[in-house]
Amino acid sequence: MSGRVLVGVKRVIDYAVKIRVKPDHSGVVTDGVKHSMNPFCEIAVEEAVKLKEKKLIKEVVAVSCGPQQVQETIRTALAMGADRGIHVEVSGKDYDNMGPLQVSKIMAALAKKEEAQLVILGKQAIDDDCNQTGQMTAALLDWPQGTFASEVTLEGDKVKVVREIDGGLETIKINTPAVVTADLRLNTPRYATLPNIMKAKKKKIANVKPADLGVDMASRVEVLRVDEPPQRQAGMKVETVEDLVGKLKEAGRI
Amino acid sequence: MKSKSPVPLQLIGDLSLSLGSKIYFRELLALPIGKSLGLCLSGCRSLTQLAELPEMHQMLRQTCRDYADRELTPIAAKLDKEHSFPAKQIQELGAMGVLAMEVPDGLGGAGMDYLAYSLAVEEISRGCASTGVVVSVNNSLYIGPILKFGTEEQKKQWITPFTTGEKVGCFALSEPGNGSDAGAASTIARQEGDEWVLNGTKAWITNSWDASATVVFATTDKSLKHKGISAFLIPMPYPGLSLGKKEDKLGIRASSTANIILEDCRIPLGNMLGPRGAGFKIAMQTLDSGRIGIAAQALGIAQAALDCAADYAHKRTAFGAPIGKMQAIQFKLADMALAIESARLLTWKAAILRDAKKPFTKEAAMAKLAASEAATYCSHQSIQILGGMGYVTDMPAERHYRDARITEIYEGTSEIQRLVIANQILKEYQP
Repeated sequence: MSGRVLVGVKRVIDYAVKIRVKPDHSGVVTDGVKHSMNPFCEIAVEEAVKLKEKKLIKEVVAVSCGPQQVQETIRTALAMGADRGIHVEVSGKDYDNMGPLQVSKIMAALAKKEEAQLVILGKQAIDDDCNQTGQMTAALLDWPQGTFASEVTLEGDKVKVVREIDGGLETIKINTPAVVTADLRLNTPRYATLPNIMKAKKKKIANVKPADLGVDMASRVEVLRVDEPPQRQAGMKVETVEDLVGKLKEAGRI
Repeated sequence: MKSKSPVPLQLIGDLSLSLGSKIYFRELLALPIGKSLGLCLSGCRSLTQLAELPEMHQMLRQTCRDYADRELTPIAAKLDKEHSFPAKQIQELGAMGVLAMEVPDGLGGAGMDYLAYSLAVEEISRGCASTGVVVSVNNSLYIGPILKFGTEEQKKQWITPFTTGEKVGCFALSEPGNGSDAGAASTIARQEGDEWVLNGTKAWITNSWDASATVVFATTDKSLKHKGISAFLIPMPYPGLSLGKKEDKLGIRASSTANIILEDCRIPLGNMLGPRGAGFKIAMQTLDSGRIGIAAQALGIAQAALDCAADYAHKRTAFGAPIGKMQAIQFKLADMALAIESARLLTWKAAILRDAKKPFTKEAAMAKLAASEAATYCSHQSIQILGGMGYVTDMPAERHYRDARITEIYEGTSEIQRLVIANQILKEYQP
C-alpha cells in the first residue's frame, strides 16, 4: 500500500460571519468577507495527521480546488501537519458553478494519479451543506466508502469505520483503498504550532488544472435565485388547549 | 530623526531594498500601498511591508486569534473573578510554541521574530489580558535576558524547561523602596566562598506564585552604585526564598503578583547571569524588549474594548435608531480606532527595528506609552458607550477598564517612558 492519504480541504466563509445575500440575488457576498477552512475539513486533516503520527500511513497530501486564495487554506493544512499540497486552479464562472460533481471528479482523478490508499473528506461543507462529494468520489472510483465517521481504525488492508447514523452508531469494515468522510465527533483539530507554521512555508504546493486531469468543469446545475430565509415571525401565547386547536384551525394548519 | 531631506517618492521602491534607509511616514501614506511594494527579504523588512504582514505572520496571528476566541475569551471573566492562574491554557500555548517565541529551535523554542511575538501577545491579550501578561513576562523578562546574556549551559538549564508551558519564570527588579529608581537596589548579594548569599525583598513580581525560576537583581558592589548591580538566577521554590502574600489587584487578577523575600538565600557562583556589575545594563536592555510585549498586551486590551463597544453600538437602540448612527458615538469609535492603529504601527515598528538589530529604545518606549494610553482611553470610552451595561460584570467592558490601568505603570511608568524618549531625542539633536 502506498501509505498516502489525500485530504480535501475547502475554503468557505467563516462560520462566525453573518451571511448577506447580494442585492441582485445571484448569490451571497464573498468580497472582503472572512474565509477559513471548512470545519469538517479541519477534522479530516487532523485525522490524516494523527494516522501519520501513529506511523500507520506515510504521507498526507492536502488538496483544494479554487482560485489563488485557496492556497491559504492549503497552507493551514500544511501547518497542521500535511506534507504537501495540490492546488487545482479553478476560477471565474467555473468556480462560481463548481459543485460536488466537479470536485469529486477531480478528487477521483487525483486519487488515482497519487495512488492514494485513503481519501478523507469532511462530511459536508458549511456553505452548501451538500454532503455529496465523498459519496460521489467513492462511486466514481468504485471504492468502498465510510461516511459520517466518528471513529476510523486501520486494520491491515481494511478500515474499520464507526458511523453516526440516525439510529445510533454503525460499525463497518471496508477494504482499502477507500473514501472516508469525517463527522463532528471524529476528533478535535489541533491548533497549528508555531514551528509548524514556519515549516509550512517550505512545504510544496503543486499547481494543476482540471483539464490536466481530464475533468470537464461544466455544471449541470443553474442557480436561479438566492434569497434570505423568511424572517422569523413572533409567536403567540394561548390559555387553553381549545384555544390552541382553534388557532391552528384558523391558520389552516389542521 | 537626524535632519535629512525627505525622500522623493519614486525612490521609495529602491530604498525599501537597502538596509538603514529611513522612510518617513508622510511618504508612506502617499504610496499606493500594494503587494508590489511588499518586497520581503529574509531578515530585512522595511516599513512598506507594514501595510500587509508576511503570510507566515498572518497565519500566526490567525492561529493565536482562533485560540484566544475559542479558549480564552469564554473563561476570561471566570479567571478574573476567581483570581485563578490559567495553567491549562499556558500549557496549551507552550505546546504551540507561544511561551518561547524568540528561542531558537535547538533550545526548544519557536525560532520566530519579535514582530511575530508582538502579534501573538496582542491576540492572546485580546482574549485574556492576564494570560497575555504571563506570556509576555515569560518571553521578554525571564527568557529574554538569559537568551542574551547567559552561557550555553545556563540557556540549556534555565530556558529549555521553560519553553513548553510546564514552567514559567519571573523577573525580580522592583523593590518596596524603589520601582522607577531601579539603580537604588537595596537587595544585597555577598560572596561567601563558592556561594552568593542574597538578602532583601523584591516587590510586585508578576508570575511569582506560579513561577519555577526567577531572574533577580542585587547589589554586589554598593560603592559602584548602579554599576555595582548584578543579575542572578534562582530556582523556585528554594531555601531562603519565600513569597509574600498574593496582591489583591484591580486588574489582571489571574496572574499572581507578590513580594519575593530573600533571607540568606545561598546560590552557586554559576548562577550569576552575565558579568559582575552588568545587572543594571541587563535590566534596562531587557525592559526595552519587554516594553514591546507590554505594548502588545495593551493593544489587545484596547482592541477588545473597541470590539465590545462597536458591537454594542450596532445593537443598542435609542431615540429610534442604533446608537452607532449618532455622531457622539461615532466620534468616540473613530478616536478609539485611531489610537489603537497608531499605537499598533509604533509597536510593529519597534519590533521590526529590534529584529533588524537596529537601535529601538526610543520606538519601544513610544510604543509602550502610546499603547498603554490607548488601552486606558479605549476601555474608558468603551464603558461610556455601553452606559450602564459597561459598569456591570455582564459585559467585559469593566474588566478591560481594570486590566488596562496597569499597562501605564509596569515595565516602566508612562512618566519614565517620556524621560526615555526625551533622552533619545536630545541625543539625536546633540549639537
